[in-house]
Amino acid sequence: MVEIEIDGKTLQVEDGSTVIEAAHKLGTYIPHFCYHKKLSIAANCRMCLVQVEKAPKPMPACATIVTNGMKVFTHSELAVKAQKAVMEFLLINHPLDCPICDQGGECQLQDLAVGYGDSASKYEEEKRVVPDKDLGPLVSTDMTRCINCTRCIRFTAEIAGFMELGQSYRGERAEVMPFIGKTVDTELSGNIIDLCPVGALTSKPFRFSARTWELSRRKSVSPHDALGSNLIVQTKHDKVMRVLPLENEAVNECWISDKERFSYQGLNSADRLTKPMVKQGGEWKEVDWNVALDYAAHALRDVARNHGGAAIGGLLSPHATLEEMFLAQKLLRSLGSENIDLRLRHSDFSADGKRAGIPSLGMKIADISALDRVLVVGSFLRKDHPLIAQRLRQSAKKAAQVSILHSANDELLINLTARAIAPPSHLPALLAQVAKAVCAAKGAAVPSDIASLSITADAQAIADSLVSGSNSAVLLGNFAQQHPQAAMLHALGRLIATTLGGRLGFLGEAANSVGGYVARAVPGNGGLNAAAMLKDPRQAYVVLGAEADLDTADGAQALAALAKAAVTVVLTPFRTPAMLDYAAVLLPTAPFTETSGTFVNTEGRVQSFYAAAKPLGEARPGWKVLRVLGNLLEQAGFDQDSSEDVRNEALGGKREFVAGMSNGIEAVALSFADGADKLERVADVPIYFADPLVRRSPALQQAADSAVPAARMNAATLAKSGLAAGDAVKVGAGGTVITLRAGLDNGLPDNVVRVAAAHADTIGLGAMFATLTVEKA
Amino acid sequence: MALIDTINPLLTTGWTKGDAGWGIKDYEARGGYKQLRRVLESRMTQDDLIAEVKTSVLRGRGGAGFPTGLKWSFMPKAAPLKYVVCNTDEGEPGTFKDRDLMRFDPHAVIEGMIIAGYAVGAKAGYNYIHGEIFEVYQRFEEALDQARAAGYLGNNILGSEFSFDLFAHHGWGAYICGEETGLLESIEGKKGQPRYKPPFPANFGLYGKPTTINNTETFAAIPFILGMGGEAYLNLGKPNNGGTKLFSVSGHVNRPGNFEVPMGTPFSKLLEMAGGMRGGRKLKAVIPGGSSAPVLPADVIMDCTMDYDSIAKAGSMLGSGAVIVMDETVCMVKALERLSYFYYEESCGQCTPCREGSGWLYRVVHRIEHGEGRPEDLDLLNRVTDNMMGKTICALADAAAFPVRSFIKHFKSEFEYHIENKKCLVDPETQRMGSGFFKAGAA
Repeated sequence: MVEIEIDGKTLQVEDGSTVIEAAHKLGTYIPHFCYHKKLSIAANCRMCLVQVEKAPKPMPACATIVTNGMKVFTHSELAVKAQKAVMEFLLINHPLDCPICDQGGECQLQDLAVGYGDSASKYEEEKRVVPDKDLGPLVSTDMTRCINCTRCIRFTAEIAGFMELGQSYRGERAEVMPFIGKTVDTELSGNIIDLCPVGALTSKPFRFSARTWELSRRKSVSPHDALGSNLIVQTKHDKVMRVLPLENEAVNECWISDKERFSYQGLNSADRLTKPMVKQGGEWKEVDWNVALDYAAHALRDVARNHGGAAIGGLLSPHATLEEMFLAQKLLRSLGSENIDLRLRHSDFSADGKRAGIPSLGMKIADISALDRVLVVGSFLRKDHPLIAQRLRQSAKKAAQVSILHSANDELLINLTARAIAPPSHLPALLAQVAKAVCAAKGAAVPSDIASLSITADAQAIADSLVSGSNSAVLLGNFAQQHPQAAMLHALGRLIATTLGGRLGFLGEAANSVGGYVARAVPGNGGLNAAAMLKDPRQAYVVLGAEADLDTADGAQALAALAKAAVTVVLTPFRTPAMLDYAAVLLPTAPFTETSGTFVNTEGRVQSFYAAAKPLGEARPGWKVLRVLGNLLEQAGFDQDSSEDVRNEALGGKREFVAGMSNGIEAVALSFADGADKLERVADVPIYFADPLVRRSPALQQAADSAVPAARMNAATLAKSGLAAGDAVKVGAGGTVITLRAGLDNGLPDNVVRVAAAHADTIGLGAMFATLTVEKA
Repeated sequence: MALIDTINPLLTTGWTKGDAGWGIKDYEARGGYKQLRRVLESRMTQDDLIAEVKTSVLRGRGGAGFPTGLKWSFMPKAAPLKYVVCNTDEGEPGTFKDRDLMRFDPHAVIEGMIIAGYAVGAKAGYNYIHGEIFEVYQRFEEALDQARAAGYLGNNILGSEFSFDLFAHHGWGAYICGEETGLLESIEGKKGQPRYKPPFPANFGLYGKPTTINNTETFAAIPFILGMGGEAYLNLGKPNNGGTKLFSVSGHVNRPGNFEVPMGTPFSKLLEMAGGMRGGRKLKAVIPGGSSAPVLPADVIMDCTMDYDSIAKAGSMLGSGAVIVMDETVCMVKALERLSYFYYEESCGQCTPCREGSGWLYRVVHRIEHGEGRPEDLDLLNRVTDNMMGKTICALADAAAFPVRSFIKHFKSEFEYHIENKKCLVDPETQRMGSGFFKAGAA
């Protein structure tokens, strides 16, 4: 620690701190533009110049390291003169078009110009004009306003992992631009809008639609991935206009992914269901709520009475709120059904009954940054968990070693130590090899069912990395959880973690994957899981927040099952043509911005939020709809007055973190299939198709990550099938054939065809994990 | 013409044969690589070597004049990987000494760099060569091949335990890459933009490793210092200004070129060696140390000796030793316009005051020169330069400001005349005569 004095106030700060950090600790504001606490120091804007005793020249506070006894003056004549000088330079070529600038009202340059600028400029020459750039569908540019602080450049290079922006040309002609002909395609690109201290980078979807001071601000929580990013939802006249990050160092730091930032567009989609609807005699009719609820209650009661409660299945979206899931399972159980599940994309449920508790991250999100060895198993990490990938990216730059074991070698923009890539059916064996090598290195007993495996070099390299650390974790991704041998991967991951004295974690699939377990939205005694209740069709289904065709492990099978059912009650914010086909009642529920509720993120953190806007049309919060349905069915336990009541009942009181989390698992029989020579499907869930809301954001649907699905193979597999990239190809599975374009992806192992799931073009192929045939069309 | 005139030649001893004398055989015949051999064979300690250079009071020849021995002593002893880098990015307008040094005596630079590498414990070195002198870069590559073939570079040099290799790297002509950290960025393949200091290159240099960066002439002086001893070298010049120095004299003299003279030689002597004023015209002003050094009027410079201290006392800088001589035919506003354009063009654009200020300065000076000046412009120029100086990462903002301030300070009446009368004080006909299109003395 060193002692320094800032403006006469003395304080102790850590060695190596900068003057600006010390000043912030004191609550002293030093004007700045290029400085950002999460980015490297550029010291180029020069706005933070302060006077340091004995220094002949003003010093940049952002780059000056404190020394013991240093005296800093942030408001002395020398400091203020320097700050005003810099402000004058910043403004001479700035267009001062604040009245038509989206940044107006929340512009750092505007704010600081009030304090440090002159009322009139002495610059009477012609101003600079800089051509705008096309950064893609999300970020709009007005480059003439750019002050070259390079925050956006440093963000792409340091946080997003790839320098998609740079500064070209010199001096006054310097311009920030992407590579020629390229856009900024990172899944974190929207953060450069927040980082830009002026109006050079603004939100394309939000552009010119409101002034910032007209907007109401509400705290909220992301309904998308399992991180549970904290959000600020901004509304105007009860319409969501914009979503920004709410800083929470323990969760999302100060970032959010583009999915979280731009999905709000879907809230105002034309697909929104705004009135309850009932199908009568094959005709859809908009009806009043009481009619629809009566209809639903009667229909479900009739099925339960005539066929037994087990004839009803409940498919709950893992993106639904805790309150919705809790009341939904309660309702289903009150009808005598234990067929309840939120794990709609899973295909292996053999761990049910063997788990020691609710599967979760197994540590705090912030703990990820402290891990020194990480093995990620079965994950499209960057697209499934953009901000967890970001944390690992930062760790890997320091001492941490990150490895991956997966069926696709996608560019993670993480400095990986080792990687093992194999077709899906080989993943358990591959992970078992790692487990065997780890056991051997640690001198632990090698379980007999993996003892005969020979260890490949890739698996050995992963094991070598893992055993060399002291704080390790195995993280199971979405792909591992959706895998047909998910329980084996779980057990093997557990074996590796315990042998290492490290931790096992599940990277939750969705906003409420952990919350669903807490809400008991999983099958009870003798109940059917999601796959079983679709394989073996029920008489009736209650579907909460999911689109059966796109949000399940086998969309084709789900559609067939629902079509056969006598009654399907769907609680949904959106209507789809498929729903109109299979449903009997459509109940318009509110999306996350129009209801209060709770998401429990992957670390088990309980995050409740209020509605940011009134429900659209006659949509109503899901928990209220379910509560009334419970009343209509004359069941006990549906008398909560608020979503908080529901939450407290579900959690057993008010909690910061849920209880009962454990990633332990009883013994799982291990057997390793040999899927050689068969073409296996690798199905990723594209980032902007993962849930009903994000699928409806027009801007995100134009992003590079929303490209039309192709049948991608590596060069050898393409050649073996007589294909070239770009060819039309017939892809078949289980008797169905669809036609796609062949694509080249050399990150895939041999004998693998990558076909995205959750996309209208590929539903016909059925299960996410399957063997495929390909043939030139 | 390789060499015109000199006093006490060291660096230029090899220049007499012009382009015929640069090869390794000639260099060895002149006693080249003898000092390297002596250092290695006598197993001279790094401390003794650095002490010798300190004794010589050799000061950095690139412009800043920092004592070389002291700079070397900053290198952390324990670091496993260190570099020496030679700055041959000679971009300062008026300077052309390193070009000739590299052209006529590249092995002196190589030998100096190897010895420097030994002194600071580096295993590799780079010579960053200005993009506009591509032939010199090619010659240096040839010289490196010769040195490698002769066993002066590579593993176990001359049978010793010392291994060192040297590489040439040419830039593309950006002035800013002559700033030492901008140069390092450029070698690393990045945009040439100076780094914030500290950390200084001695701690965080090329590829993040401890690095010593010296000017070409500084390295070339090393073998001569070791040959004659630090004390003798110092005594060639004057106290605190050791040795001899190359001066690139350009402008309105009869024999422009490079002149090696001992530090402390009177300016008048240097002018005489350069053949005196062209056409016998009157000396008006001299920029004594490259375009970023403040200009000095004739009466001031004529009283100066050519060394760091004397020129600094007169209010300018010895800089890189580029002496730009201007006679009475020069319009000082036009001269400043040209200089300001250079800095406007070469600012890297990183720091706000320089990026915005260098263009502002140029536009105002341009306006004055073109008869659109306003009475308040001189105050404005002074204010803008005041706001630029000392507020940026590197010294380019200062370099852009110094000429403006010094031109206005010493030749204010000429600027005022320009603003008031919307034309030059020196009539265009006289300017044309001095421009060089007309033979000297023809007027």
